[in-house]
Amino acid sequence: MMLVGNIATVVLVSLGAVFFLAGTVGLLRFPDSMTRLHALTKADNLGLGLVVLVAVWVLTQLAGATVTQLVARAVWRGGGRS
Amino acid sequence: MSLAVLADAALVLLVLGLALWINAASRAFPAVVGYVAFGLLLALAWLRLSAGDVAMTEAAVGSGVTGAVLIAASVRLRAAETEAPPLAAAPPALPLRLLALLLSGLVTAALAGLVLWTTGPAPSLADQAVQHLPGLGMGNAVTGVLIAYRALDTLLEKVVLLLALMGIWSLAKDRYWGGIPGPSRIQPTNGALILLARLLPPIGIVVAVYILWVGAAEPGGAFQGGAILAAMWLLVMLAGLRDAPAISRPWVRLCVTVGPAAFIAVGLTGFALPNGFLSYPDSIAKPLIIAVESVLTLSIAVILGLLVAGPPEQEP
Repeated sequence: MMLVGNIATVVLVSLGAVFFLAGTVGLLRFPDSMTRLHALTKADNLGLGLVVLVAVWVLTQLAGATVTQLVARAVWRGGGRS
Repeated sequence: MSLAVLADAALVLLVLGLALWINAASRAFPAVVGYVAFGLLLALAWLRLSAGDVAMTEAAVGSGVTGAVLIAASVRLRAAETEAPPLAAAPPALPLRLLALLLSGLVTAALAGLVLWTTGPAPSLADQAVQHLPGLGMGNAVTGVLIAYRALDTLLEKVVLLLALMGIWSLAKDRYWGGIPGPSRIQPTNGALILLARLLPPIGIVVAVYILWVGAAEPGGAFQGGAILAAMWLLVMLAGLRDAPAISRPWVRLCVTVGPAAFIAVGLTGFALPNGFLSYPDSIAKPLIIAVESVLTLSIAVILGLLVAGPPEQEP
C-alpha cells in the first residue's frame, strides 16, 4: 500500500513539474500578453493541481482566474499591445 | 542535505539578483512589482531560517500592504514620469559612486568579519526567555517576547501605525477633511473581481481569526491576522462593492484607537496591581494577552485598510 502511494506521488508530482516547466517556457517564449496568460494559467491549473490536491489549490484557482480576467481586460482596453 | 544547500543558494542568488534588478529598473511601476516579488522571496528566506512569524509578517505587511501602497503611488506618479523621466536626469558622478561602493563594501566586510571570526557561541538570552514562557501561557516564543518581554516595543509599533495613518489623512485638502478616502470605486466593474470579493472574505475572516488564536502556540498573531482581515476589506473596496468609510465616522475613530488604548489600559493596570508598567498578573496573564491581541487585531486591520485607501478625496 505504501509502495502504491509512493509511486502515485512520484508520478503525479513529476507530471505536475512537467506542466510547470511547460508553463514557464510558454511564459518566456510566447509572443503577446494573452498567450502568456494562457501558458501561466495552465501551469497553475494542472501543475499545482497535480502537486497539491487541497484547499490551497481551490483558492489558487479562484485567485488565478480572477487575476487573469483582470490582466486580460487591461490588455484588451490598452488596444492589445503587450 | 546538499539538495537543501542548492535550493538555499538558488534562493540567495534570486534575492540578490532581484534586488539588483529593482535598483536598475528605470521606471517606478516595474520596480514596485519587483519589490512585491522581492518581499515574497524574503518571506521564503525567513521560512528557511525557521522564523515563521517573521516570514508571515514580511509576506503580509512588507510585501502585500506596502506593495499596494507603492503601486497606488506609482500609478499616481505615472503622469509626471512620462512628462520628464527624472530618474535618468542626472546620474551621480563617478567618484561619488565609487565612494558609495567602497563604503558599503566596508560595512559588509566588517559585518561578515564579525560573524565569521568571533570565537565561542554568540551571547544569547534565548534559554532564559523560553524558561518563563509557560507562566504566561505562551507556547510561541516570538509572540511571548513581543507581547510580554518587549511589550513596550509592540505598543510603540501600534502607535507608529496610528501616526502613519494621521500623516496620510493630513494630506487631505481642507474641504475633503473628514470625507471618504480615495476616489469613489462604487461603479460597475469586473464581474470576476466581484465574485472573488464575495467568495473570499468569509474564508479569509475564518483564517484570520484562526491565525490570531493559534498565535499563542504557533507562528501567527495580531499583526498577521490583522493584515489578512485588512486584505479582505481591501478586496471588497477594490471590487467596488463598498466605499471606504468617511474618516469622521465615530466607529472608524474608535476602531483605529481602541487597540493601542486597550494595550495602554492593561499596562497601567499592571502599574497598580503587580510590579510595573506593562506587566501582567500571573493568574490571568493568558486571558489578558488574548484580549489585548484581539482588540489589537481589529485596530491593525482597520489602520492597514485605511493606509492603503489613502487620504480623503470626497466630501463627507
